[in-house]
Amino acid sequence: MRIPYYPGCTLKNTAKNFEVSSIETARVLGVEFEELPRWNCCGSVYGMARDNIMHQVGPVRNLLRVREMGGQEVVTLCSMCYNTLKRANNFVRKNRDKLEVVNAIMYLENTTYDGSIKVLHYLEILRDRIGFDEIEKHVKKPLKGLRVGAYYGCLLVRPLDAALDDPEEPGVMEKLFEVLGAEVVDFPLKTECCGSYQTVSEKDIVTERTRKIIDTAHDVGIDVIALSCPLCHFNLDRRQKNVLEKYIDFKTMPVLYFSQLMALAFDLPLDVNLFEKHYVNPVPVIKARGIIE
Amino acid sequence: MKKREPRIGVFVCHCGFNIAGSVDVNKVKEEALKIPGVVYATTYVFMCAQPGQDLLVEKIKEYNLNGVVVANCSPSLHELTFRNAAQKAGLNPYRVEIANIREQASWPHWDEPEKATKKAIEIVKITVEKVKKDIELKPTTAPVTKRALVIGGGIAGIQAALDIADAGYEVVLVEKNQSIGGHMAQLSETFPTLDCPQCILTPKMVAAGSHPNIKLYTYSEVEEISGFVGNFKVKIRKKARFVDWDKCTGCGACIEVCPKKVPSEFDLGLGKRKAVYTDFPQAVPNYPVIDPDACLFLRKGACRLCEKKCPVGAIKFDDRDEFVEEEVGAVIVATGYELMDKKEMAEYGYGKYPDVLDALEFERLIAPTGPTFGKVIRPSDGREPKSVAFIHCAGSRDLEHYWPYCSKICCMYIAKQALLYKHAVPDGVVYSFYIDIRAGGKGYEEFVERIRSEEDIVYIRGRVSRLFQVGDKIRLYAADTFTGEKVEVDVDMVVLAMAIRPSKGTFDIVKKLKLATDPYGFIQEAHPKLRPVETLMAGVFIAGAAQAPKDIPDSVAQASAAASKVVSLFSQDVIYHSPLVARVDIEVCVGCGLCRDSCAYDAIEIDPKKKIAKVNEVLCEGCGACSAVCPSGAMTLTNYTKHQLIDILDIATESWR
Repeated sequence: MRIPYYPGCTLKNTAKNFEVSSIETARVLGVEFEELPRWNCCGSVYGMARDNIMHQVGPVRNLLRVREMGGQEVVTLCSMCYNTLKRANNFVRKNRDKLEVVNAIMYLENTTYDGSIKVLHYLEILRDRIGFDEIEKHVKKPLKGLRVGAYYGCLLVRPLDAALDDPEEPGVMEKLFEVLGAEVVDFPLKTECCGSYQTVSEKDIVTERTRKIIDTAHDVGIDVIALSCPLCHFNLDRRQKNVLEKYIDFKTMPVLYFSQLMALAFDLPLDVNLFEKHYVNPVPVIKARGIIE
Repeated sequence: MKKREPRIGVFVCHCGFNIAGSVDVNKVKEEALKIPGVVYATTYVFMCAQPGQDLLVEKIKEYNLNGVVVANCSPSLHELTFRNAAQKAGLNPYRVEIANIREQASWPHWDEPEKATKKAIEIVKITVEKVKKDIELKPTTAPVTKRALVIGGGIAGIQAALDIADAGYEVVLVEKNQSIGGHMAQLSETFPTLDCPQCILTPKMVAAGSHPNIKLYTYSEVEEISGFVGNFKVKIRKKARFVDWDKCTGCGACIEVCPKKVPSEFDLGLGKRKAVYTDFPQAVPNYPVIDPDACLFLRKGACRLCEKKCPVGAIKFDDRDEFVEEEVGAVIVATGYELMDKKEMAEYGYGKYPDVLDALEFERLIAPTGPTFGKVIRPSDGREPKSVAFIHCAGSRDLEHYWPYCSKICCMYIAKQALLYKHAVPDGVVYSFYIDIRAGGKGYEEFVERIRSEEDIVYIRGRVSRLFQVGDKIRLYAADTFTGEKVEVDVDMVVLAMAIRPSKGTFDIVKKLKLATDPYGFIQEAHPKLRPVETLMAGVFIAGAAQAPKDIPDSVAQASAAASKVVSLFSQDVIYHSPLVARVDIEVCVGCGLCRDSCAYDAIEIDPKKKIAKVNEVLCEGCGACSAVCPSGAMTLTNYTKHQLIDILDIATESWR
């Protein structure tokens, strides 16, 4: 199966580890991610102002690229790209008059967008197209004894019309980690806010959020947190440095992308995970559980 | 109708300044006198007062009036007053009509006196035109079956049944569970006096069970109900009990010997019961039933220990559901409430944490009759909780997600539960998260205040946003809205005051009786202030929490009120019904059935042979829906005929043409 793939900016930089591990694990499952030509910024945050049509042009233009490729759907990895593209798509589907305006703004394009593209997240491909039973067949090194807590943040599950799972009690990642052989721990703060873009101007807010989330994860006995959003990853992983500066007794915790856990379980070469990009190195705990040597 | 010259009197009321403040009543009177057929007109300051009524009587006689228009307030207030007065003067009451010039003219146009007066004159004119063609009518009558049906055997149903039975009328009391008693039997102690239900409820249960005028159907449900006020037919399903209650002596030998244990519904799953069981030891009647989903013999064909042990041979494994029919004249719906399921609340863990209980579960846990005999322990590990958080308004007063209304009784029972917990665990810590404390009842505020000050309970004004398990503790995130600070506490147990919802039985009966409900499913009363125990369906009354969240004193008071309504209905040998009902012109009707489909009261049937519609004059409420849909014009509403309406329209549009 080949599927058009929209990466987004972070996946080429800080979240390169997310991209490489996703592309490689998808390949194991027989899915080829085909990167969109000339993709542009997803819009980064969904424009909330109803009259802000300009904000919808960025995401819609990317969907036009999918049409140019002859695709019917597009897969994303970053939760924020997923949320922005999906909500912009929903918006122009519901407001055909606004779609006409967006198309008029893109008058230099060869074709117009008609609202037909479906926006998917990699987790949806895993759950709905491949299926957990099939994924289980590819597990060579079960993540036995690794206590994993799933963290969804907000963008995968809110608002309801862009959610890929129950907004209050999502479970798709838990099911995935179960078939990977991990010991899944119910993480009560899995939909708690990571602090998001406050990380730019109000670093201390995010430091406190990170401390609360990681501390609670330790309290419920989690070894590693797994997630799907590069911004959550940045806040929960890199900001642990700031927490340590403020609280000397703080216990750090590795934060991984779900695709990295898949790569470990599929026994892919360790370098697809680019663990050197992490602030908290996951290798010691993975070694301690005997998953890698 | 006899042809005769109309002699109509018009009485214009000032209603103090309510009408006369903007409507020129004298001008209305003068204009009225110009209407053909009007022989007398006057104004008076308060028509509804005794001198006003006397004036009406006097002038009917003096001018030999054969029709009257009173121009005053809404007919829902004083139509009956003036019809009764006219009757005293020998005028048929249905020749009296109200011209509503208060709600429809003076009030809405209070700042435009000229327009208000013009409108009032037009209203009087069209009403006079209507009276001209009104026919004289007599109320319809129907006999009354002097027997009542009470649905639901909780405290409200028991009280209503006892009151009616004590007045000398027979009562059929239907309860779906094995025993009567309802939720009150599950409670530990009752606020604010702390009597235990065993002391105050059990005697009433016994009285209801043994009253010669009360026919008790427990473990039974109302299957069908048809008919109308004074004449209902009820079909009752007696569920298969597998125990012959005529033979059973209630010795309990079967229960003792039964090897199968399942979670007890009465203890909300916190305790166990046998496959053959009574709801609780003080059950009325004290005869057991066998749960066919649990019984080893009924499920797997082996065991029969109870049958061997029963000294009187009362076990009857071939029992089937039975149907009985009863005829009654009035119905009291007392089907009660249940708590909203805590599984619906994502923020409080979807019910997945064993030590997060709803308030009824905690009630069983702290009750001396409960599965732990009143010892407070955690369901997860059996340890005594050293800290408990009570969360008020879980699902109530929540406009965005759940129910916007206040569940009314939770502030009180949480105070009581906190008190009982502190007495059971004196070194325990109690947090009580609330929005406001609503303790409006006799002795209620004093009760809460005493517990707050004497029992060392931490009341925190703020809602809990989230709770979750950390190790063996429950962690709560909340806010203290007095200090504006975030609150984070770890406790051993959480009690949720879940929103009070109409019971499943209430939803069921509402469908069967076609009762109106409010947006939340509680049964709608006929008038929120003046007819609080009647429903819009004649002969059907409500008592208890099926109408709205209620505590025990309110439920009992309403039950007695509903009973007195039933008794006053039964004090008449026949009932009178308004003759302003739909009538069929059988020459014109083709039996198409559109009228039957439009009737909200099931008052119309189609005669299959003659192919004509037939109106049940007692069921018909005179709404006119049938006459509006009738394509042939065969269906008319008495005194609202199409001729009358066309005449009215002619007059009403006269000045605009």
